[in-house]
Amino acid sequence: MNEIRRLRAVQDAGQVSFTSVVLLYGDGKKLNVALIGVEPGKPGEPPALIGRGLEDKNAKEAIIDRNVAVRTGLKVGDDLVVKSIQGTEEQFYTLKVLGISDGRQFSLQPSVFVPHQTFDRVKPQATVGGVQGDLVSNLIIVQLRDQVNLAEMARVLENEVGDIQAVDRQAAYENTPGYSAQQSTLNTQRFFSLLIGILVIGGFFQIQTLQKVPQIGMLKAIGAPNGVIAVAAVTQIFAITLLGVALGTAVTLLLALTFPATVPIAFSANAIVLGIGSLMTIGPLGGLVSVRYALRVEPLLALGLTG
Amino acid sequence: MAVSLETKAVSKFYKSEGGITRAVDGVSIAVQPGELVALVGPSGSGKTSLLAIIAALLAPSEGAVLIDGADLAKMREAERARFRREKIGFTFQANNLVPYLTARENVELMLRLNGKYDRAGRERARELLARLGLGERLNNLPRQLSGGQQQRVAIARALIHSPSVVLADEPTASLDTERAHQVIETFSNLIHEQKRAGIMVTHDLRMCRYADRIIQMRDGKVQNIIGDKREILAFAGSTT
Repeated sequence: MNEIRRLRAVQDAGQVSFTSVVLLYGDGKKLNVALIGVEPGKPGEPPALIGRGLEDKNAKEAIIDRNVAVRTGLKVGDDLVVKSIQGTEEQFYTLKVLGISDGRQFSLQPSVFVPHQTFDRVKPQATVGGVQGDLVSNLIIVQLRDQVNLAEMARVLENEVGDIQAVDRQAAYENTPGYSAQQSTLNTQRFFSLLIGILVIGGFFQIQTLQKVPQIGMLKAIGAPNGVIAVAAVTQIFAITLLGVALGTAVTLLLALTFPATVPIAFSANAIVLGIGSLMTIGPLGGLVSVRYALRVEPLLALGLTG
Repeated sequence: MAVSLETKAVSKFYKSEGGITRAVDGVSIAVQPGELVALVGPSGSGKTSLLAIIAALLAPSEGAVLIDGADLAKMREAERARFRREKIGFTFQANNLVPYLTARENVELMLRLNGKYDRAGRERARELLARLGLGERLNNLPRQLSGGQQQRVAIARALIHSPSVVLADEPTASLDTERAHQVIETFSNLIHEQKRAGIMVTHDLRMCRYADRIIQMRDGKVQNIIGDKREILAFAGSTT
């Protein structure tokens, strides 16, 4: 840690460790939580939105995230109990809640943040209460000074400090246990949602076009150029898609208001814009087949002028 | 008098398993401005195929179709589409109107397609609809109009852009007798007043009384032409 902190470009650094324990609350109720060890006042400690942050690196104190607070009803000043397997025995540790942070989950579990040395005593391990010595952490969060080239700094860190791998924030998230599996599942869902969306919208407009074959035939018979028919079809498809997306977005956002705070879903402005943009693209794309069909309508057949 | 429409030995053949079917076989007719011709005959006699050829919707196998001297057979598809919207007016048996446009908008559609959607054009559309008894129905959608009113809107649309030729395919098929007479009489009057060349395909022989000439077809050929008014009235019968 000192080697890292001594580097000129490093403003600050903090150790972070993860494990899973069971939180006991109420009358024997249990909640699996991620126990996260952080250094008080260092990068990695979440800001407490209610209460205050960690101060003493040895104290039996904790910051709980909003999900823990909502699920357990714990408040600032309450004591919480975590159960940890150490050796062959269950050990129980009582921690005082100093603050409540926003929703921060690790491996889809709500989180309890404790000082790193407290973490070392509480975490599941072979020896009760842990052994004193150098703190071992899963990762070190490094806060750089402004105007630092990330790739260059990663090389410097790896050269100056032995046996580490320096990555940016995105890579760190992507290497979180279970993240890739979770993302691949979500990406598969996204892909099939898109595919199904195109098929459904395409099918919808195809049916609409089939119902309008006589009208399209009449328009072509009176001399409407293909361009006029194509523009009319695309305009209608775009307008209907826009209406559908507006209604869908409104319903989704209203529905989101009913989600419990513990549901790990967030609708950022970027995500909403991306979703709307995608749907506004796939709508007309799905409808292109029906436009092509409309342009190939034969007025003689459509109007029954074949007798 | 100048001829608006002329077909010269027009034929349409189809290859079938039994050989070649002659839907239209060497038909030569001419229609003058201000003349309404009734095209009659049994089903399969070739009258609808002939109408489709005159409408530039079907290319003839042989012969020529001249409208204002222009030969349709020599035109490409895009040219034929332009010719249809500029020189030809249509009314069909059904599906005449765009259901989500009002009566006035349906008529103005032809002005828009021809780039003539201006104040004068809109005023002409209003006057024409009023002339057809639809002055109070300008802003009604087709579903708010009776069958006869819808046909009259279609007639207005067929005439609004001052075409040389106006074609009507079974325009009274979905109308009761009284409405049918009203519609065809108005149609005939407008053809005469506006000096258009009109062709009406009909199964209802009573409607022939409003025509200036009757062309009877059978097996793709012109079987008989009736031009004398007394003979026309006799052919159409006395039933009204």
